[in-house]
Amino acid sequence: MIRPEDILVPSPSGVCCKRGGFHIDPTRPVERAVVTHAHSDHARAGHGAVLATPETLDLMRLRYGENFAGTTQALAYGESVSLAGAKITLHPAGHILGSAQVAVEVDGLRVVASGDYKNADPTADPTCAPFELVRCELFITEATFALPVFRHGEPDAEIHKLLHSLALFPERAHLVGAYSIGKAQRLIALLRKAGHAAPIYLHGAMEKITNYYAERGIALGELRLARGAAKASLAGTITICPPSALNDLWTRRFPDPVAAFASGWMRVRARARQQGVALPLVISDHADWGGLTATIAATGAGEIWVTHGQEDALIHWCATRGLKARPLDIVGYGDEEGEDSSEGSEDAS
Amino acid sequence: MNRFAELLDRLAYERSRNNKLRLMIDYFRSTGDPERGWALAALTGGLSFPHAKAGLIRSLIAERTDPVLFELSYDYVGDLSETVALMWPTQSAPSPLAGEDWGGGSGGDVQTATIALPLSTPTPDPSPQGEGESLCKEHNLTLTDVVETLARLGKAQLPQQLARWLDRLDETGRWALIKLVTGGLRVGVSARLAKAAVAALGDKDVHDVEVIWPALAPPCRELFAWLEGRAGKPVSGDPAPFRPPMLAHALDNADLAGLNPADFTAEWKWDGIRVQAVAGREGKPDGRLVARLYSRTGEEISKSFPDLLAALRLPGAIDGELLIMRDRRVQTFNVLQQRLNRKTVTAKLTAEFPAHLRAYDLLADGEEDLRERPFAERRARLERFVERLGDERIDLSPLIPFRNWDELIAARKNPASAGAGPDAAAVEGVMLKARAALYLPGRPKGLWWKWKRDPFIIDAVLMYAQRGHGKRSSYYSDYTFGVWTKGDDGDELVPVGKAYFGFTDEELLQIDRFVRRNTIERFGPVREVVHEADRGLVLEVAFEGLQRSSRHKSGVAMRFPRINRLRWDKPPGQADRLDRLEALLRHIEQDQLQGQIA
Repeated sequence: MIRPEDILVPSPSGVCCKRGGFHIDPTRPVERAVVTHAHSDHARAGHGAVLATPETLDLMRLRYGENFAGTTQALAYGESVSLAGAKITLHPAGHILGSAQVAVEVDGLRVVASGDYKNADPTADPTCAPFELVRCELFITEATFALPVFRHGEPDAEIHKLLHSLALFPERAHLVGAYSIGKAQRLIALLRKAGHAAPIYLHGAMEKITNYYAERGIALGELRLARGAAKASLAGTITICPPSALNDLWTRRFPDPVAAFASGWMRVRARARQQGVALPLVISDHADWGGLTATIAATGAGEIWVTHGQEDALIHWCATRGLKARPLDIVGYGDEEGEDSSEGSEDAS
Repeated sequence: MNRFAELLDRLAYERSRNNKLRLMIDYFRSTGDPERGWALAALTGGLSFPHAKAGLIRSLIAERTDPVLFELSYDYVGDLSETVALMWPTQSAPSPLAGEDWGGGSGGDVQTATIALPLSTPTPDPSPQGEGESLCKEHNLTLTDVVETLARLGKAQLPQQLARWLDRLDETGRWALIKLVTGGLRVGVSARLAKAAVAALGDKDVHDVEVIWPALAPPCRELFAWLEGRAGKPVSGDPAPFRPPMLAHALDNADLAGLNPADFTAEWKWDGIRVQAVAGREGKPDGRLVARLYSRTGEEISKSFPDLLAALRLPGAIDGELLIMRDRRVQTFNVLQQRLNRKTVTAKLTAEFPAHLRAYDLLADGEEDLRERPFAERRARLERFVERLGDERIDLSPLIPFRNWDELIAARKNPASAGAGPDAAAVEGVMLKARAALYLPGRPKGLWWKWKRDPFIIDAVLMYAQRGHGKRSSYYSDYTFGVWTKGDDGDELVPVGKAYFGFTDEELLQIDRFVRRNTIERFGPVREVVHEADRGLVLEVAFEGLQRSSRHKSGVAMRFPRINRLRWDKPPGQADRLDRLEALLRHIEQDQLQGQIA
């Protein structure tokens, strides 16, 4: 009888399917890669062939240029492709636009590598397809927020907090740090949903990606670049920027800026204070503790592999439920935060 | 409770005083009575709940969570109240998977069934209606509910009641509740700032609120009624109220030319803490005598100085300086500091550091308010008052005789020979007071002047720079500087202090640019900048005093250091050496010693 570990094996540079001859989200260049989503710790340039959703391939092109891989193959959600008897199907992961869980089936046994995911209420993210639950024997889960202290709550309440601050300090600019792919556009969409109709300003690093979202019909309203705007005209406005720009010289163009940061990390005060954030907004594109544990249970999987994050707590939880669980030590996965630090300076001169 | 929790949450992150004020004003304006009054009491430190201790919180969470998960979480978060607030199990957190169709129609293999909640959520204790519970059953839990219920509740009922509240609140609400009841409410707001926010509701000055504050009891309905123009000013029935102090302007040598020496008296500016010592009789003229000691900002500090309080035997209000006096000699601020910020005042402490009041002014004599009288008259009344008290713990601040400014300049330069004698080490400078000045709260122009002794100056080398906060968050504005000393491999710089003010905005830009271009290493928000004999930036640092410190590698700590000047012209190799600070320290200590012997 075939076992899950006959289908996928962990390796230091990502999970590998020997039968199909591919890696999932490899952290160094490989011949054949299946990529779950476009964040740079998962989607790297330089692979021989890349299989991903059309949106993920588009976003990778925007970020790395046309020739980021030898060849590419787009696979829409729910469609399947077989490689040497391994059937690959992509299912929405609800993390960002184009994010997918990778289901691999061999001889009727299914394993799922979830990539990063969030299983929130579908209205909580107007910018991507909602998470879809896939039953499987082996589930590979992320563990970014795998501690019971992480409960993300309603994003609408956090958006309200931002708008209340804007009303209270109309002479100050509100800068909201947010990862450039996904979080930034989701924030804008949530602000629009809450009735904020004024133009929203963008840091230059967000421009291309955000335009791509808008072109795909996601309603983001009027967007402007902060670059070149007169200082006084930025009073009472919201600007979305990479988190690393919050403490950058770049902020000097804004009148008495309020530093906000939209991230699941903002739940913990010490994290928010470390980053000099005055207005922490708990809005995350990852599953929280409740989401992780509920999803693991619901997949019906008897075996759980845990990647990047607080593995200990989740593995302990699995043990108390009688589930077999192990950490995967893959070097190079992290928070999206890392990806943005390189592009924080728009024009630091 | 939610609104109040949101306010605390926002205040805890906001660094600017002005913005903190704005947040509080918004809250007081948009919140009704009595809720906002209790909030004011909480912010001014006027609420305490003796039974709620950290141990209680710990046992509540232990009953509800897996110990391994709790330890992992506590380890990550680092704060007990916050960990408990965040991981408290609630019923109101349904799994997003529950009741949803997650099939999405993408193939028959996908599970479409409804999934039950696999989270561990203990059923809340169906306990009988507790006291106060009926109050808040129908509406959101308020701060008022919490305060009123806790006032009635016995110790035994507390754990169950707290748990019921925690079940009903969200993360921020739970954090605020735990911090509030365990007395750990630290959000960077002083009592005075909270009072200033309330005062702003009625376009009043914080002094107006300070004056009537002792007459108020939470939830202070009459205060809000007055500020909103719905009632008259609350009348203080307090026998020993705080009176807003009169403050002095800093004097420049250039200011002297415009002043007539005959209009002024001068006295030493003593380096202690400015206090107001007040005593008054309760009710009738023969009522019980109440004595209190206030800081300059109106906070009551009586408990810290019981030895001095006992000396306030006559009704009246003295404005003076709190000092430590040993064998009739005034000790320096370094000595006084060892008496400050102590949780308990032991007999040993008061014997070793006896508190003393040096009287500057008399604001009330018995029932009579003297603030509308000229200084010269108040001074004469003060002299008689201190004499009547006849207590060695309270004496007069002596006047400095002078006929012209030159004589005063000489006195300031050498206080020891101009009357201060062996107490000169505790003299911070000279105070000038107009003979005709009334006692006016705040800092009225031209009546009182403080003329500080020249600061100590050294040339030090910039070693590390750290990003500032708030408006300065994009600037390297906190500087660690060092002086030269002999090391194992020749001369090396040893850090001697840290300063983050004293420079102009233009200088800040210059230093910031220097830091960015000369960084040799980064440690998070801190940058190490180049500091070699021929490359680096020399800072002229001014400071008020020096003391030995085992916490600093250099062995010395400066008092009130600030950047006086940027010495772009000076090569770092020519900056000062540690020897010079050590010599200065020995000099200061000798002065102190002589003071004790004399």
